[in-house]
Amino acid sequence: MDDLIGDFIAETREMLGALGGEVVAWEAEPQDRARLDAIFRFVHTVKGNCGFFDLPRLNGLSHAAEDALAEVRSGKRSADARLVNAVLGILDRIGELVEAMEGGTAPPDDDDATLIAALSEMVDEEVVAAAPGTGGQPRAPARSIRLSVDLLDRMMNGVSDLVLARNELARRLRDCAMEVETEEAFERVSASIAEVREAITRTRMQRVETLFAPLPRMVRDLGSVTGKKVVLEIDGGDVELDREMIEMIRDPLTHIIRNAVDHGIEAPGERRRAGKSEAGLLRVSARQAGNQILIEIADDGRGIDAEALVAKALGHGIITLDQAGRMPHERKLALVFEAGLSTAKAVTSISGRGVGMDVVRANVERIGGLVDVDSTLGHGVRFTLRVPLTLTIIPGLIVEAGGQSFAIPRSAIDEIVRIRAAGVRVESLAGAGVVTLRGHRFAVIALSDVLGTERRSEAGDELLVLLKTTGGGAYALAVDQVHDHEELVVKPASPAVMATGLYAGTTLDGDGKPVLLLDPAGLATRSGVSLDRIEVENVAGSGAGESERRPILLFTSFSGAKRAVSLPAVHRIEEVAASTIRASGGRLHITLGEQILPLAGCDTIPDRDKVHVLRLTDGVEEIAYAVAEVMDTVSLDGAPVPCQQPGEVQGVALVDGEQVELLDLFWIFSRHGAAAPHADRPLCLLPQDDAWMDTFLRPLIESAGYRVARVGEAATADLVIVDESEVEPDVGAARVLKLRANPEPRGAKDDSIHRYDRAALLGALGSATSTPRAARKEA
Amino acid sequence: MAELLLLVSLAGEQVAVRASEVESVVEIEGLTPVPRAGGHVAGLTALRSRVLTVIDCMASLQPGLRIEGPRDAMVVVADGHPYALLVDRVEDVVEASGEIAPVPASLSAGWTRVATGYVPVEGTLFLLADVHALIAGPLAEAA
Repeated sequence: MDDLIGDFIAETREMLGALGGEVVAWEAEPQDRARLDAIFRFVHTVKGNCGFFDLPRLNGLSHAAEDALAEVRSGKRSADARLVNAVLGILDRIGELVEAMEGGTAPPDDDDATLIAALSEMVDEEVVAAAPGTGGQPRAPARSIRLSVDLLDRMMNGVSDLVLARNELARRLRDCAMEVETEEAFERVSASIAEVREAITRTRMQRVETLFAPLPRMVRDLGSVTGKKVVLEIDGGDVELDREMIEMIRDPLTHIIRNAVDHGIEAPGERRRAGKSEAGLLRVSARQAGNQILIEIADDGRGIDAEALVAKALGHGIITLDQAGRMPHERKLALVFEAGLSTAKAVTSISGRGVGMDVVRANVERIGGLVDVDSTLGHGVRFTLRVPLTLTIIPGLIVEAGGQSFAIPRSAIDEIVRIRAAGVRVESLAGAGVVTLRGHRFAVIALSDVLGTERRSEAGDELLVLLKTTGGGAYALAVDQVHDHEELVVKPASPAVMATGLYAGTTLDGDGKPVLLLDPAGLATRSGVSLDRIEVENVAGSGAGESERRPILLFTSFSGAKRAVSLPAVHRIEEVAASTIRASGGRLHITLGEQILPLAGCDTIPDRDKVHVLRLTDGVEEIAYAVAEVMDTVSLDGAPVPCQQPGEVQGVALVDGEQVELLDLFWIFSRHGAAAPHADRPLCLLPQDDAWMDTFLRPLIESAGYRVARVGEAATADLVIVDESEVEPDVGAARVLKLRANPEPRGAKDDSIHRYDRAALLGALGSATSTPRAARKEA
Repeated sequence: MAELLLLVSLAGEQVAVRASEVESVVEIEGLTPVPRAGGHVAGLTALRSRVLTVIDCMASLQPGLRIEGPRDAMVVVADGHPYALLVDRVEDVVEASGEIAPVPASLSAGWTRVATGYVPVEGTLFLLADVHALIAGPLAEAA
């Protein structure tokens, strides 16, 4: 409270000083409306403040003067010399009282009544004469002054300069032999610089009390508007916070409290029915925890209906049904921070327009803070604002990527892991990847990729910095190196730098070089990683066991279909010139480095300059798969719906509500891979001049792993396929497969297969592959 | 009183800037790049303990161009943020000898945005450049 009184005194005195000239001018020209207004505003302000501080004498004086001046303003009374005198008398008395308060001396005698009487229209001359200003008293020394933040900033900058200069000097002194006296002097300078820095930092600090002071009045007003009874408990007003920070959290705090009274706390009747006391309890508290200030706003009202929020989020398309099913309670509650969601049934003048909580979160995050919500339906809500202790000095971590240093606020860092460490599994693909850490999955974002700088370290050599954001979302940031933890003096960055959305500010390193402070949330947004989704997956992943879930890579195929491939099979993703693709030997091949790989994914050479190629591997063989566009990595749970026909697509899975075709790796490798060296494969002979077999059947036979030749081209074969109407050729065949054109067999003894009975054909071919080698060897 | 002007050379032109808008003239040493920032943002530099955003005025005039060689820069504070505007060379401080005249419409694209008028100095006309337009860079045009 002392702080506030100090502010009041300083403000009043400042206004009185500024008013001095006005009063004199008004005296000379009582009709001057502008002067009158200025004086009226002053007494009005003093009156307002006095009511707050319980200062009855100042209140009485200013109230009387305000009434009289209001009459003049409304034209009921004209400003004559007597009135001017009387008002001046009151102003002087206000000045005296304020000075007495400030100096801690006894206030002048209580003859305020005479001064007030002098204001009235009918008064005799003596009274007026008895009210001259008494300005001769010695002024008490000022205990508080008002400064512009600009000036404080300049002082802060000056001290930072000093610190840097001291560091530089210390470096130079180390290099040369120094006398003990010099060293001592330097130590002294060093110590006093530290002291001044500390003091200046303190000038920016203010008690949270200033933030809490208007709350009782606000809660009372809200209560009477809404017809509710609310008991407000305030705790921890003596915690200190950066002045600028206090300004930044004023609006979020107000908003949360409005919501609590308007929506949280029930009407007295409803509370009685619920077995609660009629008056709702609203508790606002502040406390320091480490380098953070925690501000809690808790009520015992009806709480947040998480399911209603989910329903609404579903309705707005913010989440999918699938996500909703896997969301833990906290995540559902955190939906309250999504834009456009309000569970209030009716829009009131106080709150509930569906704007606000998202703004609250944005404001708190802008100053490097976090906001959490916890609620039990029917028992109330608790919001926790976590804000850094000071806006200007924050502990940070210096990391390096692409040869450049960056700072990360330490409050956002969970832990730092080395990719090669035990228990860390990274499935990484050209920067997009997933790390599995103690059963949790996090998206990996490579800092150099987000920033578009060069990658300096070899894949696998990076360090992962695990970053958390509001609502429990987290991701891993891959950086080349991690340097020191440092206390950073953070300054706002210019709009040109902030426009990137990646940085939270700038700071200077120990050598006085500028370093950019990264914005963890901005990095995630930029790289297109949805923290919400990952977080949901984490919880599900840890709960349901990992074997159910597998990471997949989403891409668009050249046929335009949305497809996915199991991530572990993807060895690398490369962008290559389309000219490296050649049609040779009846299929497409691609030159990658020194290798020639079979190319799947397209039937003709794509008509574009560059092609993205997935290098798929089964551990031995490698196949290139051309894709139109690589989209994302997600994890898939549940089995896909299998396809009717075997082929490139194994089945269809649901990813974010869309059908995605899942590649059949087995089919692709069996089809495109050199599954067995050419000569080693079983041989199948087809009749000469049978066009149908050549065009229709041959691919199927080949895909089953046979070499195909014509009758007459080889003396022996593992399998001979003939039309049942034709004569069986004279070939040393291990097996003969007869095909008929008629779907119905001709009799019980007919061992031929209908030529479109795919299953039976494959069955025959399959069983053929298991028998033939021995047979061939014998032959 | 005649207005003081700072003459700089930029993209082959002699350009005047209101001296009242320029805090000081410095030589830039050491730049910290700002990845993903607009092309006209050359980086950050520290002037004592202040962090200046360095604007490449060539890139600001025409995207893709860069200031080469000498590192003369004007220190300007705009909207509370300090900037260093890189120019080819800082020439001189002179007094304007007349009123500022409006720009004819025939300037090339970049200059149309940056120049606020012509100002006569001892019988010669100079383009008067707006530091805020230089800081905003070419993107502001599209916005």
